[in-house]
Amino acid sequence: MRRISFLTAGMAAIALTLSGCGGSGDEKTTDSSAATEASETTEAPETTPADTDTETTEPEETEPAGTGALVEGASGELDIFTWWTAGSEALGLEQLILVLEAKYPDIEFVNGGNAAGQGGSGKEVLATRMNAGDPPDTFQAHAGKEMQDYIDADQLTDVGYLYDQFGLRDAFPEDLVAMLTQDGKIYSIPSNVHRANVLWASVPALEAAGLSTTDAYYASIDDFIAALEQVKTNAPDITPLSIGTTWCQVHLLETVLIAELGADGYNGLFDGTTDWAGADVTAALEKFATLMSYTNEDRDSVEWEPPIQMIEEGTAAFNIMGDWAPASFDAYGSVAGADYLYAPSPGTQGIFDFLADAYGVTNGAPHPKAAEAWIDVISSKEGQIGFNKVKGSIPARVDIDLEAEGFSAYQLSAAEDFASNAIVGSIQHGCAVTIKQGNAINEAVSKFNTGATDLAGFQAELVTAMS
Amino acid sequence: MAASITRKRRGRFRRYGPPLLLISPSVILIGIFVYGLIGSAFQTSMTSAHSAAEFTGKQPTEFVFLGNYTAWLATKEAHHALLNQLIFTAVFLGGTLSLGFLWAWLLDKRAKAEGIFRSVYLFPMAVSAVAAGVVWKWLLNPNRDAKAYGLNRLFQTLGLDFMQNSWWTKNLTWGIAAIAMPAIWQMAGYVMALFLAGFRGIPNELREAARVDGANEWKLYRHVIFPQLSPVALSAIIIIGHMSLKTFDLIMSISKHTNYQTKIPAIEMYRYMAEGDYANAAMVGVVLLLIVLVLIIPYLIHTTRAEKNR
Repeated sequence: MRRISFLTAGMAAIALTLSGCGGSGDEKTTDSSAATEASETTEAPETTPADTDTETTEPEETEPAGTGALVEGASGELDIFTWWTAGSEALGLEQLILVLEAKYPDIEFVNGGNAAGQGGSGKEVLATRMNAGDPPDTFQAHAGKEMQDYIDADQLTDVGYLYDQFGLRDAFPEDLVAMLTQDGKIYSIPSNVHRANVLWASVPALEAAGLSTTDAYYASIDDFIAALEQVKTNAPDITPLSIGTTWCQVHLLETVLIAELGADGYNGLFDGTTDWAGADVTAALEKFATLMSYTNEDRDSVEWEPPIQMIEEGTAAFNIMGDWAPASFDAYGSVAGADYLYAPSPGTQGIFDFLADAYGVTNGAPHPKAAEAWIDVISSKEGQIGFNKVKGSIPARVDIDLEAEGFSAYQLSAAEDFASNAIVGSIQHGCAVTIKQGNAINEAVSKFNTGATDLAGFQAELVTAMS
Repeated sequence: MAASITRKRRGRFRRYGPPLLLISPSVILIGIFVYGLIGSAFQTSMTSAHSAAEFTGKQPTEFVFLGNYTAWLATKEAHHALLNQLIFTAVFLGGTLSLGFLWAWLLDKRAKAEGIFRSVYLFPMAVSAVAAGVVWKWLLNPNRDAKAYGLNRLFQTLGLDFMQNSWWTKNLTWGIAAIAMPAIWQMAGYVMALFLAGFRGIPNELREAARVDGANEWKLYRHVIFPQLSPVALSAIIIIGHMSLKTFDLIMSISKHTNYQTKIPAIEMYRYMAEGDYANAAMVGVVLLLIVLVLIIPYLIHTTRAEKNR
């Protein structure tokens, strides 16, 4: 049933986005400040002195907080591929389009991802277009290794010069820029940042189990397992750890690996300094298997939302999921602190398991200037504030005063950690591994959790997946 | 003489020309978009284009002949996918044929309100596989006892607690059979329609003649009705059999392509495609095509022979 309501919401959001695009044509001519801002860079024939008298209704358009257009001579169509077509993502995209219209009134936003449908199928359509030599100007992907295929195929351009031009090397944390740089080149610019290693806990369930209802942080996986055991003994009707299908299980696995190996050990898994076949990985996998024994029976048949709903309803005690979960808590009416708690996932205090949506400029983009303008929009202060406030993620920029901008308490805490913690890349969400490696890890986890392999076989498959 | 030859030629053109012209657009289109693309897939499947860079020619590829086939067929995953396909097809075929036959037989007995029943049995066909999948995903939820819903809840309500089932989620070998249930639910009505047409096509005189000759009900079916229905059954097997090889949307909406329990070759093809491994995606596609051919070719031979004999 939930699924259906999501679909309806998605439809409504698509309709909103479309109407937002449709309205842009009229706003162009009436929006005075945006036109003046861009007037030095574009011909903008409609910018006449008379326009300054025209009334504007949108306050954030008349007084943009940022520095204005950074790309000169950008006009025409922006052929973009994004699947932010539903829910909070679609609302966030609308904010970005508003910023685009304000900064670059001569650019027309055309989303090829809308027609292709969201998520899975959208990526295939994108790959087909890229490989057929008909790339969009820019497209959405997870920042990091997920883009490797495109980079190897020479389908993305180095956007290091945009980092310099827009001053992003200072605006983004050093760890992040280092993680996105390969051989001195950078191919993507993150629009938002999510944290994957967050533990969500249900206050009523914790109460029933006799666990702390104020602090949900556990210093190690072993402590966490003891807590799960306590839930099982004291409240047999409550699922100790709720979880969804394969990708959620991989998500759990990566937080266990981070906890057991530490930030450096975990990062070493991807540069060859930590051995996937090593004894410490074996120990981590054993703990992962123990954790899986406390999970709900229907895990393979549900996405991430029903397990989070179990936390909202108090039928499960804990859940480990990325920080897109608050959108669901808000929709249900759960209040942080009173109804649910959040904390870094067990044993990962001081580490930020990072993932981000990002955009790059394609090689052979039909409108490269428009693509650069889009990069300016998503990386600018006003773009990152507008988008992330609505989507629930945090800006990749660390030079924004989030409190003054009215971000939520969770977002403030996440941003604080992002600026100060060690940053590691997510496995499941495309930062640390390529699509092929990610698929192989998913398959290995699914086989292990359905009993097709034992622990040794599981570890051997992980080694093969990463080789 | 010369005039008669031209007339003959003109006659031949009159006879073959217009039909040839008429079908040539579809011959050309099918040639390019069906056979041309089959050829292209076959060619891709014999290269080492395992990434976008190799596929687009930025990195060199080599011709590996049947290397991709032998490599894939040697893996445990491939055996699992093929066995899943076999079990799924067997359960799907068995279920639709027996249910379809049973319903058709009951309706042929001039059941009351035949029209209503016929429509009820046919309705599920009108539901798209994805929509059916979403509903059945919920029905086949593996939660038990206090947490149960869907079919497991129904069993509890009926006092059949022992029937509660983990459906497709736990059993690696037979789990796929649970996914065949919605497929049967969708297609059994169609098979019923086929059989019903078969039943109605048997002239009443034959039954009467058999009865006059002293045949009891079983003998009547065994020697008169079943032989007349066998072409219908064969068509049903071919249609349902090749549909089961194409089952993809149903599995994707009930389970997920990452779930090992429900992996079949079509899902494997999707996975390869999604990760840019075009050579292996094409390879699995060709394997599926060959399996379909094994089903279709004997059928084609059979029907052409039957038509010649007519």
